[in-house]
Amino acid sequence: MAPTGEAPLRGTSLWQDALRRLRRNRLAMAGAVVVVLLCLVAIFADVLAPYPYTKTNFGRLNEAPSRDYPLGTDQLGRDLLSRMIYGARISMLVGLGAQVVIVLIGVPIGALSGYLGGRVDLFLTRLIDVMYAFPRLLFVILVMSALGAGLTNIFIAIGLTGWVGIARQTRAQVLGLKAQEFVEGARALGAGSGRLLGRHILPNALTPIVVLVTFGIPEAIFTEAALSFIGVGINPPTPSWGQMVGEGQQYLRSYWHLCVFPSIAIAVTMLSFTFLGDGVRDALDPKLK
Amino acid sequence: MGYCIPRRPVLTYAIRRILWLVPTLLAMALVTFLVMHATPGSPLDPVAEGANPLSPEAQRNLAERYGLDKPLHEQFLIFVGKAVRGDFGTSFVYRSRTVREILAETFPVSLLLGTMALALAIAGGLMLGILAAVYQNRAWDYVSVSLATFGVAVPNFVLAVFAIIMFSFVVPLFPTGGWDSPRTWVLPTVTLALGPLGIIARFTRASMLEVIRADYTLTARAKGLSEGPVIFKHALKNAFIPVVTLLGPMFAAVGTGSFFVEAIFRVPGMGRFFVLSMTGRDYPMIMAVVLAYGAFLAVMNLVVDLLYGALDPRIRY
Repeated sequence: MAPTGEAPLRGTSLWQDALRRLRRNRLAMAGAVVVVLLCLVAIFADVLAPYPYTKTNFGRLNEAPSRDYPLGTDQLGRDLLSRMIYGARISMLVGLGAQVVIVLIGVPIGALSGYLGGRVDLFLTRLIDVMYAFPRLLFVILVMSALGAGLTNIFIAIGLTGWVGIARQTRAQVLGLKAQEFVEGARALGAGSGRLLGRHILPNALTPIVVLVTFGIPEAIFTEAALSFIGVGINPPTPSWGQMVGEGQQYLRSYWHLCVFPSIAIAVTMLSFTFLGDGVRDALDPKLK
Repeated sequence: MGYCIPRRPVLTYAIRRILWLVPTLLAMALVTFLVMHATPGSPLDPVAEGANPLSPEAQRNLAERYGLDKPLHEQFLIFVGKAVRGDFGTSFVYRSRTVREILAETFPVSLLLGTMALALAIAGGLMLGILAAVYQNRAWDYVSVSLATFGVAVPNFVLAVFAIIMFSFVVPLFPTGGWDSPRTWVLPTVTLALGPLGIIARFTRASMLEVIRADYTLTARAKGLSEGPVIFKHALKNAFIPVVTLLGPMFAAVGTGSFFVEAIFRVPGMGRFFVLSMTGRDYPMIMAVVLAYGAFLAVMNLVVDLLYGALDPRIRY
């Protein structure tokens, strides 16, 4: 965290302060614990899963939970627990990975738009407005059905649609900051545009971006689950929670376990990230001190 | 919002906004059109199940019949020209029916479901939000906030699964799906409403908490009003204003949310058709549904903005 070889940044104390407040928020900490556990499950899926996720056992289809199969088996006799453990990997990968794509697209566009102003700004804000008018999920489904199912395409689809919020926020922040004295001062001392943006403006615009990213994680997880639910998300046989719910809901009456366990996994994951997100937002909001 | 833009009559503002709809919808149509065409695969060899491989000659004939052999910009212009007249062509998947017929049949179902869900979300959300604010940090507050958080965070298809298990299997009160009697409406409506309800409850709570501490509420109490009139006449009216801005995104949430709810509860609405048309690459259906949703949401956002101005006299256009 501490910058090396330079005087500590003004922001350091803000982040430490925020972290301290986040630690005191019990709900947020509970969320954080679940998130860390989920990450561990995702990373060590190969070690934790009792069976490979593609291993079928045609002698034991749609079985209810038992000693051999703690959460039962699916339509092809695959172990549900193992598939859910690998499903965590997909959810975490999409949740965190999509944010990287979104930030890499959204922050530069927003920063350029706000910093350069003029025609560039006019064009980019129009683009942002049109994108904003599009119902988000509708657009993601559209892109996915055009590109076809697959993990890479999910990143592309979420990236193409998700940058708008971050770009808007970044633009607003940059607009507000670029007129302030400390930026003027840096410019007077001969700092170039790149340095002004990178060293002076963006670090100060970081707080709302962090909050947006925190809330973006569950949204991306939801998007993947929703896409896989209607069959345009992850390609089978790779397991995804959304896809398991989508397939299982057809047999809800006869084989409840197919649908219920992945549903619970999605619900718990979404709630944990929401609690953590609420906590981060409250911790970073100076008004609540 | 309240900064120094010279005051213009509401009518001029409304007309300007309505005119803005045209380029917005054109841009939407263009984006949709490009996304649908800029990828490999054509409706003549759909990935949908049960598709027959055709001879190249038959493919050419079909392409000609549906205008798919023309250059892209021409196809787009033809599409826009027809769309303006309400003609979206024939569905590629349901060949005997035009898109307009399908939409005319399915849209009212989605509209009914959406309206009921939205009404429930607004009524329930306001109630929970007020309860939470009035009984801040007491039992009601925790119940409201938990319910709201649950509704906001958990995707509606997961809520649908829980709802079916609880109210169709464990306690068999409602059927698992269908759309033929008011009894079948209950579960889809509640499931679809919970998300927006949670958002409205959270916002109302925050906004009420602020208003309850405001000077004019104190004045109302000081002049001897009892709690009821203070909350409903003085506080709620002002707390409601920021909640109105939520209605725009709310329409979008209910609209896109209905895909999943309609799919799970087998509701014969637009959302379910949309999902089906996606996998079949039914271009005319996809473009029509996207534009219908887009136009509907844009108009609703406009209505909300105008309503917002009418409710809050501080806002100038």
